[in-house]
This record gives sequence, C-alpha cells and structure tokens, in this order.
Amino acid sequence: MDEYATSTSKFLLAAVTVMVLAVGPASPGQSAEERDGYGIGRAATEEEIRAWNIDVAPNGAGLPPGKGTVKQGAHVFAAKCAACHGPTGTEGPKDRLVGGQNTLATAKPIRTIGSYWPYATTLYDYINRAMPFNAPQSLSPDEVYSVIAWLLFQNQIIAEEATIDADRLPKIQMPNRDGFIGDPRPDVR
Amino acid sequence: MDENNEAINRRAFLRRTASFTAAGAAALVLPAHADEEAKPSDDPMRTPGSLPRPYGERSSFEKLNRLGGAGPGAPHGWGANAPNNFNSLTPLQDLHGIITPSSLHFERHHNGVPTIDPARHRLLIHGLVERPLMLTMSDLERLPSSSRIAFLECSGNTWDGWRDAQDVTVQDTHGLTSTSEWTGVNLSVLLEAVGVRREATWMLAEGSDATGLDRSVPLTDEVLNEAMLCYGQNGEALRPEQGYPLRLFLPGFEGNINVKWLRRLKLGPAPFMTRWETAKYTDLLPDGKAYQFTLVMEAKSVITHPSGRQAIQPGIHEISGLAWSGRGRVARVEVSVDGGRAWQAATLQEPVLTKCHTRFRFPWRWNGKEAILQSRCVDETGYVQPTRQDLVKVRGQNSVYHYNAIQSWKVESDGRVRNIYV
Repeated sequence: MDEYATSTSKFLLAAVTVMVLAVGPASPGQSAEERDGYGIGRAATEEEIRAWNIDVAPNGAGLPPGKGTVKQGAHVFAAKCAACHGPTGTEGPKDRLVGGQNTLATAKPIRTIGSYWPYATTLYDYINRAMPFNAPQSLSPDEVYSVIAWLLFQNQIIAEEATIDADRLPKIQMPNRDGFIGDPRPDVR
Repeated sequence: MDENNEAINRRAFLRRTASFTAAGAAALVLPAHADEEAKPSDDPMRTPGSLPRPYGERSSFEKLNRLGGAGPGAPHGWGANAPNNFNSLTPLQDLHGIITPSSLHFERHHNGVPTIDPARHRLLIHGLVERPLMLTMSDLERLPSSSRIAFLECSGNTWDGWRDAQDVTVQDTHGLTSTSEWTGVNLSVLLEAVGVRREATWMLAEGSDATGLDRSVPLTDEVLNEAMLCYGQNGEALRPEQGYPLRLFLPGFEGNINVKWLRRLKLGPAPFMTRWETAKYTDLLPDGKAYQFTLVMEAKSVITHPSGRQAIQPGIHEISGLAWSGRGRVARVEVSVDGGRAWQAATLQEPVLTKCHTRFRFPWRWNGKEAILQSRCVDETGYVQPTRQDLVKVRGQNSVYHYNAIQSWKVESDGRVRNIYV
C-alpha cells in the first residue's frame, strides 16, 4: 500500500487488506458493510451485460452469429475502409493493413495485420467497436466478418473462397503468433 | 452610446463603487461581464483592481499553451494541421514545481473527446465475479476515497528519440508526461464489492469513447494495491480530455492503459489481446520479436531549463528539470555539464513522492563556452537511466514506445540550446 496516498482512510486500508484475502473465501474479519459490497450500486441484469459485453477474446468468446466471405468483404472494404487505408489496404494515408511479412527484423519494419498481429480475433474486437473511424459500431456482424475475410485473404492467410465465422476465426493461425515475449525489463544495463 | 463606451463606463462605475464600500460593491459586482479583460495599469497602487470572478483564469499576460502533435516527424500545430493532431504536449520548459495545471495536462485520445453527462454515465463490473454490478457516479462517490499525486506518461513520449535528433524543444521531446493529484476509489474496494472469483487474473477496462478503447490489466499485487478509479484531478472533476467523468488510474503504468471515460471492467482468466496491446504499444526489437505488456514506465529525467531552442546569456543559471520512475521513488538525480564525463548530485524538491514527477535543481555558472547538459535519474530500485547508446544497443531503433534515455542539450557558444545525441 502506498504510504504517500494523501488521504488514505483507515477504512480503505481495511478494505484493501480484506480484498487480498477475499479473493478466496469470505474472511471472518469482514464487517457487514464490506461483505455486502457497501450496498452500493445494483445488480447488473443479464440483458444489460449482453448489450455491454462487446469484447472478443482469443478463444472466440464474444463472437456473434454471422459470417462473411472474401468477395463480400471486398465490397465493404471499398465502400467503407479504402478512403483511409487505400484500395488494397497498403496505400494509406492511415494504418497500412496488408503486407510487410518478413520485414520485422529489418531496418524498416512494416507492421500490418499480416506481418504483426498475433490474433485474428483482435480484428473482430477492434473493427466492430472502432471502425469505420467516422461511424464506429455501424457495421453488422456479417460486414465485420466479411471485411476480416478480405483482409486475411489480402495478407495471404486464408484462401479466396474461405468463409469467416465465429467457429473459424479463433482457429486461424496468424503468421506472427509467436512474435511476442513478456516484459523482461530492466533489460538495459 | 455604443457598447464599448457602455462597458468602459460600467467598469469605471464599478471601480468607483468598490472603493466606497466593500459591502455595497459585493451586491453590485454580480452583473459585471465575466469576459471583461483587465488592462494593465501604469501604477497598480493608484487604481482599484478588478473584481472576483466565478471561475479563475490565468493572467492575461500568460500565453503558455499545449502543442498539438501528430506522429513522429509529422506536422503539428493547431489551425490547418488540427485534423492531424491526435495528441497535445505539455509545455514542460515553462512549468514550475511538479504539478501540471489541468489545462496543460498532455492529451492522447484515439477518436476525439466524448461529451458525457455524468448523471447518465454507468460503470459495469462483470465477468468472473459473484455479483455483477451496475454503478452510477453517485454510487462511486459514496465509497471510501483516496488521493495521490502521481505522474502519467504516454509510452510514446520521446518517440522521436529513436530516430535522428531534431532541433526541437523539450515540449516536443518530452511533453507527453504530466503530474496531477488524482482522487477516486481504490479498485480493490470495487473488486471486493463484486466478489472476484479466484480464477480471475486479468481485467479488461473499456472506455466509452468512439474507439471504445480496451486494455487488459493484470491483477498483480501492485495493481490490486494501487489502481484507482478516478473522478478527481487537481481538486476538481476530471477534465473531459482526461476521461470525465471516470477513468482508470494505474500509477507508474504507461498512459494508454489508464483507460479514460471508463464504462466497463470485465474480470477474466487471461489477457484479452486487444489491438492496443498487440498491434500497438508493443516494443519491436532488432531480431523481429517484440516485448508485450511492458506496462511500467522506467526511470527517466530531462532538464527542462535550459532546454531545446532556448537561448541563454553567460553567467548564473539554475539548471532545473523533472525526474520520475514507474517503479517507485527517485533516489537521486545527477547532472553533467560536459556531456556525461563528470556528474554531480542535483537537489531534489521535497517531498519526493513515489511514481511522481520529482523536480531537481542544480546551480550553474555558464562561462560562454560550448557545454552539453544532461541529467540522469536513479530510482529506489537502483535502476539507472540509460544512455541513448546503451538503450539503442538493446532495443534497436524501431521500438516506437518506452524511450527513456538520457537527454542531451548542447549549449552553443552563442547561447543557443540544441537537442543532440552524444
């Protein structure tokens, strides 16, 4: 616990101590207030959680029903993405999405979905929540799946006739899947 | 009578009134225009001054501003370049002490600053918990609170340092770090309230901006002990650019994981591998591998005066700057005026706070000859801020993030100060 916190109350110190224990079974040292979570807030309903729970994990948890093909994705990309990322996903002006394989260990690495991203599921999580830049969260699940299919095909990761859905996406092995290592710092002596 | 004359007459009237009776003036000043600008007086002792204002502003003589910034080497500024700006830089060269005024705190956001009504804002905590909760801002403000003064640094701060040296200011090179007093609820209080399950080891934090920024937070002892959900900054509500009405704050961790406009915490068994912790904010090495989850900002320091593009005269100067470490307190700061050959201890401003900007000062008499000014921070773990040479030897020049090498300012014989690498 940071002793320099400027107004840490005894109440909070007690709460933190209990918290560390409370990750396991309830501690007999807890006050009634602590046990019932201070009676703050209200239970979140299943419906609310469903609506808010938009993230997608590497094991595919969170992927919705739906599917998309490379061909459909080409249309969506041209209409909604190419203005920022270029007609083939390489021209910009915003992030380059395609190519760059085998450049990471060179003096001019090109970091793209194909060369750098370790998980294909991240594409769903990000495109669904944040793209297109001027209209985030406007794409249907089928549109998101199809843009992903097109991007993976452009990066030579899937075949042109492939279909992408909740079952297929987590199984895709990205080229740079093993390119990351945990934080070894301090690494400079 | 035109509007200008009316304004002048009204001001003159109010000043006359104020000089007669304080009580009478208090009643009369209320309708005064808030935007009346005080004009400098030839003799402020012979002219009654201006009246109180409902929300304070700095002196009209002070023009200090943030600098709009884009990527490395990209144009910056306001006006025509504004669409390229995705961050703004703190003017470190002209700030005093350790606190960054809220109006000058650096900014980094990924699809604009949302406008959020705090009465409608909700925080959902769910996932591997016994009791998923939906909380209002009023709920959060009823919980036990704490405050601490700590730095926040974008891990992209000084990213141009990986490339060739540019003739720029310390605002350009180091302006993506700031220090505030942060107030809110300790994360552990909320995790206790929802009953975190034993298998939860990571937590997704999600913002309600137009990029829905999401980051995975490891539930380490450090995070459980120190993470806060903040609604206060420097004594008032968070600024919109800092996440109003609610942000995550992880002292010592890279800026991006301190998720702003926080709307959701989801407890899980593994990292969620969002775009921000895979495609971005990872450190690419010369061999093509990349560090991931390099969350702590390592010890760093910079001389803010004299600094890039300033000009000094021979004679007495105070070398002054900031040092900080995401691993704890600054133990000492050393200053060199000869490019790193000899080092001397600088004086640290008390109190030295953990994971906080620490002001250092070092008196210096410039003899008019070329000099190279450097500062070197050592933190309480014994970690020594590296030279640029040593940093680049390990990380190469394509890491983008987490540059923390010793900064060199060359003072030319004509007094101009330049950013150089030694």
